[in-house]
Amino acid sequence: MTTDDTILRVEGLAKSFGTTEVLKEISFTVRKGETKVFIGPSGTGKSTLLRCINQLIIPDAGHVYLHGEEVTHAGARINHFRSKIGMVFQNFNLFDHMTAVRNVEIALMKVKGMKEDEAREKALFELRRVGMEDRADHYPAQLSGGQAQRVSIARALAMDPDVMLFDEPTSALDPELTGEVLEVIRGLARAGMTMLIVTHEMRFALSIADELLFMEHGTILERGAPGDLATSPTFERTRQFAGRFADL
Amino acid sequence: MDLAAILISWFPFLVTGIIATLGLVLAALGIGFVIGLPAAIGQVYGSRPVAFLINIYIWFFRGLPLLVLLFLFYFGIFPLLGLGWVSPFLVGALVLGLHGGAYQAEIFRGALLSIGEGQMTAARSLGMSRSQAIRHVILPQALLIALPGWSNEYPTVLTDTSVCYAIGVAELLTRASVIVSTEYIAMPIYLACAGIYLVLNYVGIKGLHILEKRVSVPGFETGSD
Amino acid sequence: MDQLAFVINTLLPALWGGFVVTLGLIALTAPFGVLIGAAVAVGRVYGSRPVQFLARAYVTFFKGTPLLLLLFILYFGLPSIGISLSPFVASVLGFIFCNSAYDSEYIRGSIRSIKEGQFTAGLALGMARGQVIRHVILPQALRRSIPGLVNEFVYLIKYSSLAYMVTVVELTGAGKMIATRYFTYNETFLVVGLVYLSLVTVTTIGAHLLERRVAIPV
Repeated sequence: MTTDDTILRVEGLAKSFGTTEVLKEISFTVRKGETKVFIGPSGTGKSTLLRCINQLIIPDAGHVYLHGEEVTHAGARINHFRSKIGMVFQNFNLFDHMTAVRNVEIALMKVKGMKEDEAREKALFELRRVGMEDRADHYPAQLSGGQAQRVSIARALAMDPDVMLFDEPTSALDPELTGEVLEVIRGLARAGMTMLIVTHEMRFALSIADELLFMEHGTILERGAPGDLATSPTFERTRQFAGRFADL
Repeated sequence: MDLAAILISWFPFLVTGIIATLGLVLAALGIGFVIGLPAAIGQVYGSRPVAFLINIYIWFFRGLPLLVLLFLFYFGIFPLLGLGWVSPFLVGALVLGLHGGAYQAEIFRGALLSIGEGQMTAARSLGMSRSQAIRHVILPQALLIALPGWSNEYPTVLTDTSVCYAIGVAELLTRASVIVSTEYIAMPIYLACAGIYLVLNYVGIKGLHILEKRVSVPGFETGSD
Repeated sequence: MDQLAFVINTLLPALWGGFVVTLGLIALTAPFGVLIGAAVAVGRVYGSRPVQFLARAYVTFFKGTPLLLLLFILYFGLPSIGISLSPFVASVLGFIFCNSAYDSEYIRGSIRSIKEGQFTAGLALGMARGQVIRHVILPQALRRSIPGLVNEFVYLIKYSSLAYMVTVVELTGAGKMIATRYFTYNETFLVVGLVYLSLVTVTTIGAHLLERRVAIPV
C-alpha cells in the first residue's frame, strides 16, 4: 500500500556473493523529506544495499519501488529510474576529463535532453548551492577531496532526484575536509530532501537522522529514532558499536 | 580443382619456405640479440661518443622501412662492397638482424634503466668492478625484466620475414606466391598461407610463455599481458 | 660532385610524385585505423560474447598475418572472387586492417585503465551504457592512447612502402625505379631513407605538441 508521501519502498532485498550472504531480507520505507542513516561495522552490506536500490547491483530477491513504480526488473526503464535517484560515491567518481560544471551538466544534456545553455545555467545553480561556483572551470584533479565531493553532490542534485543516496560520502576525505561536505548534506536535509546515508560519522549520523538503522551481517539489527535507541532492548550491541565513537 | 590434393602435392615445397622463414626468424632474434644487448649496455653505461654512435645506429635502423633497408643492402651496399654474390637469404638474415637489434636495444635499454641504482651501489660496495657488477648483478635482472618485451618481438619478426619476398628470398610467402601463379588459384592458397603464419605465431608465443614461466623468479616482476 | 648533382636535379624531383602518394596512403589510413580500432576495442571490452569473440578474432588475424600477404590477398586474391580493387585502394584497405588491429590493442588497454567508478557514476546518473562509453570512457581512453597510437602511426609511415609490392608507385617504388634506371642504388635509397626519417621525426614532434594540447590536469 502506498501512502501519498512514500518515496521509496524496499521489500525483502537479498544478495549473496558466492556463498556469502551480504543482504538478508532487508525491508524499509522512506517518506518524503526523511533522512535515514545506516550505520554499522564495515562490510555489512550497507554499500551493497544502496547499489541494489538503483540496480547498479542486481539483487537476488526482493523489490524496490520508487513512488509506487517498481524499479527492480525495470529493464530498459532503469535509466529513467536512475536519473531520479541521486547517488554520491565514497570516491566521488567525478569524470576526470571534464571540468566541474561539465561534470554537472553532462547528464542534464544527455539523459534529460536539455539544451547546452539551459544545462549550463542549471549546473552553475547547483554548483552555487554546494558552494563550488567559483571552481566551475576546474578539473577534478585540481580540486581538493572535499571540493570534489561537493561537485559530485551537485552533479547528483542537478537531476532533481526524488531521493539521494550517500555511500560513505566522507570516508575518503581527510578529517579537515569532511566538515564542508557534511554541512552541504545538512543543508539538503533542512531543505527537505529525502535521503539515505551510509556513514561512519557517528556524531553526524545522530544529528541528522530521522531514523537510524544499525546493520550487521546483512540484516537490520535495530532501528529507531536516535533518541529512542537508548531505551531499546538490543541497545547493548548497538551501544558497543556506537560507543567506539563519540558521544551517545 | 581438388584443393586438398593441390595443397598436399605442394606441401614439401611450402615446407622449404617455412624452414627459410624460421631461419630468418632465428637470425633476426639471434643476431638482434647479439647486437642489441651490447648496444643497450653501451647506451646506458658507455662513454658519450660510444652512446652517440649507438644511438645513430638505432635511429637509422628503426627509422627506415624494412623494405628500403633490404633494397639498400641487397642492391646497394653488398654490391658496393664486392659482395654481390651473397645470397638473398643471407642478406635478408643480416638486415633483419640489424633491424631487430635496433628494436631489441630499446627493449634492453628500458630494462637496464628500470633496475634501481641501489643494485649497482651494493655491488660496488662489495668490491666488484663496474663490469663485474654489470655482468653478475645488473644483466641477469635486466634479461628477466626484458623477457616479456623481447617475447613480443617474435610476432613482429615473424611477419617481417615476409618482406624478404622483395629481394627474392625463398621464404613462405614467396613459395605461396609461386604456387598461386602456377596453379592459378589465389584465395585458398593465400588463406592457407595466412593460416600457417597464424599457427607459427601461436606456437611461438606459447613456447615463449613456457620459457618465461621456467625462468621466472618468485617476487620478480616479469608478468606479461 | 656528380652524386650531389644527381640527387638534386634528377632524384628529388622524381621522388616527389612518390612522396605525395605515400602521404596519401598514410592520410587515408590513419583516421580509419583509429576509428575502427576504437570500435573494435569497445566491442572487446563492452560487447556481448559473440561480439567479443569477433573482435578478438579480428585482432588476432590482422596482427598475425603479414601485411604483405594481406596486400596480396586484397590485390591478387580478391579478383578471383569477383572483387577488383585498384592497387591504391587495396593498399589503403590492407593498411587500415593492420593499423586498426594494433590501434585497438592500445585503446583497449587505455579503456581498461580507467577506473570503474567512472562507468558506475555515469550509469548512476541514468546514462545508457552507450552514452557512458561515448562521453565518459572513450574521451579519456583516446587521450591515454596517444603515445601508442603515435607509435603505430610511425609504423604506418614505414610499412606504407609495401604498397610498392602491389604496384603502387609511392616513395620507395619511385626510388627503386630511379635506382634501377641509373644504377644509383646507394644514393637513392639513402635519400629515400632520409625522407622517411624526416617524416618520422616530424611525427614525433607533432605528437608531443598534440599531447600537450589535449592534456588535462591529472
